Formats: sequence, structure tokens, C-alpha cells
Amino acid sequence: MAGAKEIRTKIRSIQNTQKITSAMEMVAASKMRRAQERMRAARPYAESVRRVMAHVRLARLEYRHVYSIEREVSSVGYIIISSDRGLCGGLNINLFRSALESISEWDEKGVSTKFGIIGNKGLGFFRRFGGNILCQATHLGDAPQISELIGAIKVMLDAYEEEKIDRLYLVSNSFVNTMTQSPQIEQILPIKGVELEEKLPEYWDYLYEPESHVVVDALMLRYIESIIYQAVVENIACEQSARMVAMKSATDNAGNLIDELQLIYNKARQAAITQEISEIVGGAAAV
Amino acid sequence: MSTIAVEIVSAEEAIWSGSGTMVYAPAEMGEVGIAPQHAPLLTRLKPGEVRVQQENGDEQFFYVSGGLLEIQPHVVTVLSDTALRAADLDEAKAQEAIKQAERDLQEKTSEMELAKAKAELVQAVAQLRAVEKLRKTAR
Repeated sequence: MAGAKEIRTKIRSIQNTQKITSAMEMVAASKMRRAQERMRAARPYAESVRRVMAHVRLARLEYRHVYSIEREVSSVGYIIISSDRGLCGGLNINLFRSALESISEWDEKGVSTKFGIIGNKGLGFFRRFGGNILCQATHLGDAPQISELIGAIKVMLDAYEEEKIDRLYLVSNSFVNTMTQSPQIEQILPIKGVELEEKLPEYWDYLYEPESHVVVDALMLRYIESIIYQAVVENIACEQSARMVAMKSATDNAGNLIDELQLIYNKARQAAITQEISEIVGGAAAV
Repeated sequence: MSTIAVEIVSAEEAIWSGSGTMVYAPAEMGEVGIAPQHAPLLTRLKPGEVRVQQENGDEQFFYVSGGLLEIQPHVVTVLSDTALRAADLDEAKAQEAIKQAERDLQEKTSEMELAKAKAELVQAVAQLRAVEKLRKTAR
């Protein structure tokens, strides 16, 4: 059995770790609330763009945008949204796993893959294995701005327009609730049908000013950007809640460890006292 | 007097929503004034001021740095850009994103080693499972 003093040092060191993890838990909890608010704040724009998109698609436009045309797939692009920092449980790993599943499916068909990476963790992971990374955006912080994403998004869209990629997927975590985040893969390009509940009269179209294709181009761009921005904001909420849960269990584990060590310490102390007494008694008997 | 619903939103937040009797917006081809029951219209906005005249005579002002304007007979939606947008500005940002990726890529091969990636993932997942198991037995 280790000496009482060593156990004490060990307990103290675990207590220090526990303080750190519980502080991180509280920080993550408050950041999560703010991230969720940001998620909600971005929703009205996304809904508005979506609605306008649905209208435009219903309007039987004579102009077919390149983003809405299906073509033979010889290369696919992925936009992978990961967190910048670690210590958030299995969040990123689960995401990469579902991405890799999808990638290897394409790989078997002989389709090559290209990546646009958002977030440090994804960058590290895909760089290690030499994925073909077209562009990246990292260190977005807790309150990302759409202007920080425009560059990376444009690279992927340009690649699609130049037929370097024939499909574009978005891989990100969706926020189910505080305890659950699930990775999801969404097809962005070509744009799939946008559903709309309300019925609109047929043969109905906007007036476009200037020409329709200029306006529709601008709209498509904003539609895609808004999807990706939403995913980024949602991923941050996921990251914070995953971190909160991970740190909570780390704090609990440290507590258990301390309890166990305390028990061992008490036993060691008692054994030392007993030994001392028996030594004194033995000594007295010998005299 | 009839009114028209107005929604002003940006990608990062909802800016304002309410109703007005008249809405003025800086469309690309010149300022437009929108009264209720306007024909459906979709246009780009240039940087400028959106004005909403309310029923009680008040006027609301908003600055937009560009975006899109959608008009339906019963609702006007301003999709405002938060970032300054111009083709060459976007291009510069894209170049930056590419350059960063290229700089990092030089250190590594370009062939994706799926097997290796999978192996690492399996390892990480196994670690996570072990941690979970430990957590359960500790209780």
C-alpha cells in the first residue's frame, strides 16, 4: 500500500483537475445558451430565403440555373463542419465517421472526393490522410460571421460550376437536444426541391429587375450561404453542449476517484497508527 | 388605410418586422416605393436606406449594405446582407481560402488514405467506448 503522503498528493492533484473541468462545464453551459440564441436568430433569414426560393422554383422560370441541373457524377465535394477545439466528447469523431462512410461509398464507385473544411479539428483529421482539400475556414470563434465563410463557400461553388465536382454535400452536426447531437449529411448541390405548404396560383411569376438570371443567381448564392451559415451556428451549439456533457462526466469521475482515494488514504493512515501502537506495546512488553 | 407586412432580416439576425402603408427600398435599378397590393417582384438591392412608413405616421429607417428584395402583394421581405458584397471582394476571399489550404497541403500527399483514416476512427471510437464503460462501472 502506498504511503499516506503520496495518496494525499494524488488527491490534491485530482481536486485541481476537477476544479478545471467543472469551470469548463459552466463556461460551456453559458456559451451553449448564447449559441442556441444565435441559432434561433439566424432562422428568420433562412426561412425567408427558403420561401423565396420555393416561389422562384414554382414560377416555371425559363432560365434553368446550373445549380439545379443533375449531371453524371465523377467527383463529389464535401463541406465538413467541425469544431475548432477539442474536449467535446465524441462529437467530431462521430461526424468524421459518418463522413468517411459516405466517402468510401463513393470511393467504391471510383468517384473522387474533394473537401472544403470548416473548423480546425476537421482540418487536422483530413490533412493527416491527405484528402484533397480545396479550401478551409478555421478559427471562426463563438460568433461566426457570414463574411468569414463566403470565401470557402465560393471556392466550392466555383468548383461545381467548373464541373470539378458534380455534387456537393454538407456534413455537420444537428442539434437534437442538449444531450444528443447527430451527424447528418445533406445534399446542397444540385439543389433539391424546396417544399412549400401554401398553394400558389399556377402560371405566376415575379417581375425581375434587372433580368431574371441575375436576380436568381444572387438568390441561389444567398440560399446556399444561409444553409451553410445555419449549419455552422448549429455546430457551435452542438460543440458547446457536447463539451458541457463531457466536462460534467469528467467532474463526476474525478469526484468518484477522490472518494475512492480518500478511503484508501484512511485505511493507510489507520494501518500506520495500528502498526505504531503494536510497536510501542511490543517494545513495552520487551522491557 | 391598407397596410403591407414588412420583414427585414439578415443572415445573422432578424432586424425588424411589422407593417407599413408604404415602403421605400434602394433597388438596383433605382429606388422603389412599394404600396400594398404591389405586383410580385424580385430585385437586388444596392447599399442604401430602407424606409417604412407606418400607419400612425411614424417612419422607420434601416441601412442595408445590399441584398435582395422580394415583394408579394401582402408582404415585403428585405434579405439584407451583413457583409459588403462585390464580385471582386468575394473573389479575394475565395483566393485566401484556397491559399490557406494549399499552404497546408504542401506538407502532405494528395491521395486520401481511407484505410488509415478508418483505422484511426475505430481507435478513437474504441477509446470513447472504454471511457463510457469505465464511467458506468465507476457508478
